[in-house]
Amino acid sequence: MADEVVLLDFWASMFGMRVRIALAEKGIKYEYKEQDVFNKGPQLLQTNPVHKKVPVLIHNGKPVCESLIIVQYIDEVWKDKSPLLPSDPYQRAHAKFWADFVDKKVYEVSKRVWTSTKGEEREAAKKDYFEIFKILEGELGDKPYFGGETFGFVDLSLIPFYSWFYAIETFGEFNLEAECPKIIAWAKRCLHKEIVAKTLQDEKKVYEFVGQLRKMRGLE
Amino acid sequence: MDEEVLLLGSWGSPFSRRVEMALKLKGIEYRYIEEDLTNKSPSLLKYNPVHKKVPVLVHNGKPVVESLVILEYIDETWKDHPILPKDPYERAHARFWAKFIDEKSSIAGFKACCWGEEKEREKAKEEAFEKLQFLENELKEKRFFGGENIGLVDITGNIIGYWLGVFEEASGVKLLTREKFPKLCNWADEFVSASAIKENLPPRDKLLATLRRRLGGANASK
Repeated sequence: MADEVVLLDFWASMFGMRVRIALAEKGIKYEYKEQDVFNKGPQLLQTNPVHKKVPVLIHNGKPVCESLIIVQYIDEVWKDKSPLLPSDPYQRAHAKFWADFVDKKVYEVSKRVWTSTKGEEREAAKKDYFEIFKILEGELGDKPYFGGETFGFVDLSLIPFYSWFYAIETFGEFNLEAECPKIIAWAKRCLHKEIVAKTLQDEKKVYEFVGQLRKMRGLE
Repeated sequence: MDEEVLLLGSWGSPFSRRVEMALKLKGIEYRYIEEDLTNKSPSLLKYNPVHKKVPVLVHNGKPVVESLVILEYIDETWKDHPILPKDPYERAHARFWAKFIDEKSSIAGFKACCWGEEKEREKAKEEAFEKLQFLENELKEKRFFGGENIGLVDITGNIIGYWLGVFEEASGVKLLTREKFPKLCNWADEFVSASAIKENLPPRDKLLATLRRRLGGANASK
């Protein structure tokens, strides 16, 4: 029986990019359906009534929501190829902890930077932003990837944010490479992976999009 | 092989108690260390330098932190009495609802129903009702979220099954009423009576006194 896989997503969503990377890693054929996140369609509202957000993976008609939960689902269903998580329970817990850290901290602090007004608010957001990334640098250490020698779950959960770095640096008026060189080096290493390079979105396009979001919030 | 299982926890914390519930359900022996959260021990800071919080499970010297991560680790390491289903779709479903409860039900969320301007309190209450309604609908006719047996979602739901009731008594704000949420109320009754759970609930009067103290300051400033 052929698998029917549909992904409801939005081009700029870092959460959606995680799922696109996972699907590509496993070589899964799927139908990509771009969503209008400002005018949500019935399929999105029906398949994710609780959060009404992308991404949503629909596998043989059954929806799975929340990007990291989707990635784990993909790993468990298509388990014979390219494991996305380690097999050892302790290493899995370690990977889940750091992916959870990215979820809880990176998105929020990034948003604070690009929605901030110049001055105290922005400086406070930037300070927290650098702190979060320095913690991530500490976890990376001297490893090539968070997953060790190979690209893994934590790398997958963080790398889509790279598409947003340029926008955040420009609106925040700072240079992340100066503050957190290891993170930029790690990101460039990940970009050597064809799947990652193909999935990540053009940073200038994201910058324009963030500009639009800021205008909508009356920040421009 | 000698298994050494250590849990750094706090008597009143639902997050800490979740881990104890899972360990008890699976019959795992462990050593418990009560942490003074106002004076965190060097062990806690060493094992959880990032968040500096309980619970921390230390298995053969290796720490695991964040209650939901710990619950999955326990389930993968000790396979008796599974708390997650086998089927990947059902596992994703359980993880979704555990995450929902963890993120959308919190003491902070409940507190918002008793602090601040009336308009904000009403808004917080509406949001709380909306979240409880999602859970009421998800429960359907099941005895537990996990089906016939207690699972990940039920354990994560301890905050609603027990802590919420104590909070309601401490604050005078009723959220989980039988009229609005009959299924969820029945579930809460079943949950707190289950043997592996009831042995792992903090004493009600002690918890009530603590919550009253914490809310007392807020009420006085109104």
